[in-house]
Amino acid sequence: MIDPIEPPRRKNPLLRTRLPASPPRPRSRTSHGFTRAAAEGRFMLQRCEACGTFAYPAREACPACLSAGLVFVDAPRRGALLAETTARVPSDVYFRERAPWRIGLVRMDCGPTMVAHLHADCVEGAPVIMSFQLDKSGQAVAFARPEGETPNMADDRQWREMTADPKFRRVLVTNGRSMIGQEAVAALKAAGAKMVFVGVSEPWRPFAGEQLLRGQAGIEIVTLDAADEKSATDLAADIGGKVDILVNTTEYVRPGGLLDRKGTSIARDEVDQAYLGFINLAQTFGPAMRMRGADGINSSAAWVNILSVYALANWPAFGAYSASQAACLSLSHCLRAELRPGGVKVMNLFTGPVDTEWFQTVPPPKVAPRAVAQAIVSGLKGGLEEIYVGDVAAEIKQRLAANPKALERELDK
Amino acid sequence: MKNSLRTPYDGIVMAAPVTIPYARYSIESAQWWIGRALSALVAKAGIKASDIDGLCVSSFTMGTDSGIGLTQHFGLCVRWLDTIPLGGASAIAALRKAARAVQARDADIVACVAGDTNHVDSFRLTLENFSRFNQDAVYPYGAGGANASFALIARNYMRTYGVTREDVGRIAVAQRANALRNPHALMKTPLTIEQYLAARPISDPIHLFDCVMPCAGAEAFLVMRDETAASLGLPAARLLSTIERHNAFADDPMQVRGGWAMDVGELYAMAGVKPDDLDVVQTYDDYPVITMMQFEDLGFCNKGEGAAFVRQHDLTIEGDFPHNTSGGQLSAGQPGAAGAYLGLVEGLRQVLGEAGPTQVKDAKLALASGFGMINYDRGLASGAAIFAGPAR
Ligand SMILES: [Zn+2]
Repeated sequence: MIDPIEPPRRKNPLLRTRLPASPPRPRSRTSHGFTRAAAEGRFMLQRCEACGTFAYPAREACPACLSAGLVFVDAPRRGALLAETTARVPSDVYFRERAPWRIGLVRMDCGPTMVAHLHADCVEGAPVIMSFQLDKSGQAVAFARPEGETPNMADDRQWREMTADPKFRRVLVTNGRSMIGQEAVAALKAAGAKMVFVGVSEPWRPFAGEQLLRGQAGIEIVTLDAADEKSATDLAADIGGKVDILVNTTEYVRPGGLLDRKGTSIARDEVDQAYLGFINLAQTFGPAMRMRGADGINSSAAWVNILSVYALANWPAFGAYSASQAACLSLSHCLRAELRPGGVKVMNLFTGPVDTEWFQTVPPPKVAPRAVAQAIVSGLKGGLEEIYVGDVAAEIKQRLAANPKALERELDK
Repeated sequence: MKNSLRTPYDGIVMAAPVTIPYARYSIESAQWWIGRALSALVAKAGIKASDIDGLCVSSFTMGTDSGIGLTQHFGLCVRWLDTIPLGGASAIAALRKAARAVQARDADIVACVAGDTNHVDSFRLTLENFSRFNQDAVYPYGAGGANASFALIARNYMRTYGVTREDVGRIAVAQRANALRNPHALMKTPLTIEQYLAARPISDPIHLFDCVMPCAGAEAFLVMRDETAASLGLPAARLLSTIERHNAFADDPMQVRGGWAMDVGELYAMAGVKPDDLDVVQTYDDYPVITMMQFEDLGFCNKGEGAAFVRQHDLTIEGDFPHNTSGGQLSAGQPGAAGAYLGLVEGLRQVLGEAGPTQVKDAKLALASGFGMINYDRGLASGAAIFAGPAR
């Protein structure tokens, strides 16, 4: 059983901030099948199409029949811990700083044996549940936890290295005027965030839902217009060193594509708000987050983007908006690479049309802002990188994988 | 005893055992160490470098070189060449290949050599780049290296067979006693069982004195036909039998036995001897628990009786079961791939009566084993050889 983590004490400004180190990063190309699984919170192993054997580590041919038909499939997560050890003097800086570090060998019920990081409550000989997690290098690693819940389970030291749990962390939600922003604030507070800063542009201008944010302990409204470089710079100068999780809820949705619009003024607004706003936030808050990736219980941990699933495939009815989202998606991969040395995750949530005024004419199903907020929290707790919220987003993803051309034709209607 | 169908190593001998004294760290390259070993081989055998017409090399730290680069580097012109990257099984594998080469007259004098340097950073780099499975699925898990991997094996083995740390410690303590008589051993202070038990944990249940000390060094010997040795006036040991096995018992969920267990009958049958006949035994001691496993798998006792075996026997030079007489890798040092050669070369010195301060009285018949390549969750390579000195 593990003790709950203690709230972090006030930081001594005279002490040097421990700089982030990265666990070993090299992987074979095939091994990134696990990276894909981990990014989405799935547990996938290679299985031979010819004989059904599950294989691990990543292979190029089946060890039972030499078939090259090894396919990553969702696999049963259960196994038994055969043996464990505690590495006390690792040769690598990341692990040396975090030693003692516990690992074990797990025999999966479906066959293979896996070396795994262990949750502290794993017991030799007992069943474990396996997952793939993204470690601080951004690569997939196997993580074994006990079957069933144990007290303070998410507070496990090694598990917390794999996740971006909001507990005791300080969060900036960049747009408190939006429904998603307000629901996100509530969900993050409920998940144990120590402080949620809520960005609001021109905060003297009243807005719906304001009373939910004002005067609440642990919630602070701050002035932020992400599209305005000076506004972002000013806020970062004030709170940049204490933002552990940034939730980019910038939202600018307008219908229309190319030929039915005149000129570029709306497109320019879309780009200003979504794309340049993203750049402003990244440039002003990113460097401090990258530096604080190993700064104790409330180290910086994650950057969250809420993107339209039409970033993946253009929806002509909202064609220019889709393109602005595609630009943000591309930029998020750049940000992920640049935050990676700090061990800071970039998590993208893809949603279908959200139940807000700008999608008023779109028929259901639509995503409730609260569902987006809950997905943010569960994604942070699970250490995910990609989340598809709601049925529309999940379906678009599947259709895109199945046949991009079919999806393109069918979105044109 | 079963019969062996394999072609006997009739008239195949090993000669000129050479050890270049180890150094904890070296600023020299692996090529430098291998060069020293070749030079010592030539001097010891009283031959010219041009008499060597076969070369077999093992090293972890040669960089982009393999055996072919070394021929030009050292001015050797050979008609048989091999590079063996089998870690702790390299010496046995080299011996097997060289023996068949000289038997078939593809070569007359094969130099088997292994050498590695140890720069301050080279051990970590070797760990990081050991194998694809290691890179993908072991090293990112705590970066404990071989210590962590063998800790898992040791823990399971010890629990399964009721082995205590004290049982395992007897092996390390006896080897340290042997090492004190080897002037070149890196460990120069006595080790008591109390000290062994009190050592700091590295990766439970592996503690400090279960671990070898990586170092720089080189080892070598020659393989030839007996008439060649006779014409050179070289004392030589006859090769009686060998075994080699890779990825044995892949279905065992965890390693509790090595490939020796699959081939041990063949080992003794081909040599025409019994385990009891051996005068000296050199096991591959990357960890003492692996040595205990070998006592079982090489037929000195049954599986699960390794602990009782070490309790019942004295493993020192003067004991009833002289074992790892130079101190083994645990106490002499672990010079990379040359660690695979250490036991074989020392065994050769023993049966040739050349071991000096570590000499076992009247040693005539020796066994040396190899084990290596913890590619993922277990050591994959195993091998052993039995050879006899001129007195037998
Ligand atoms: Zn197959």
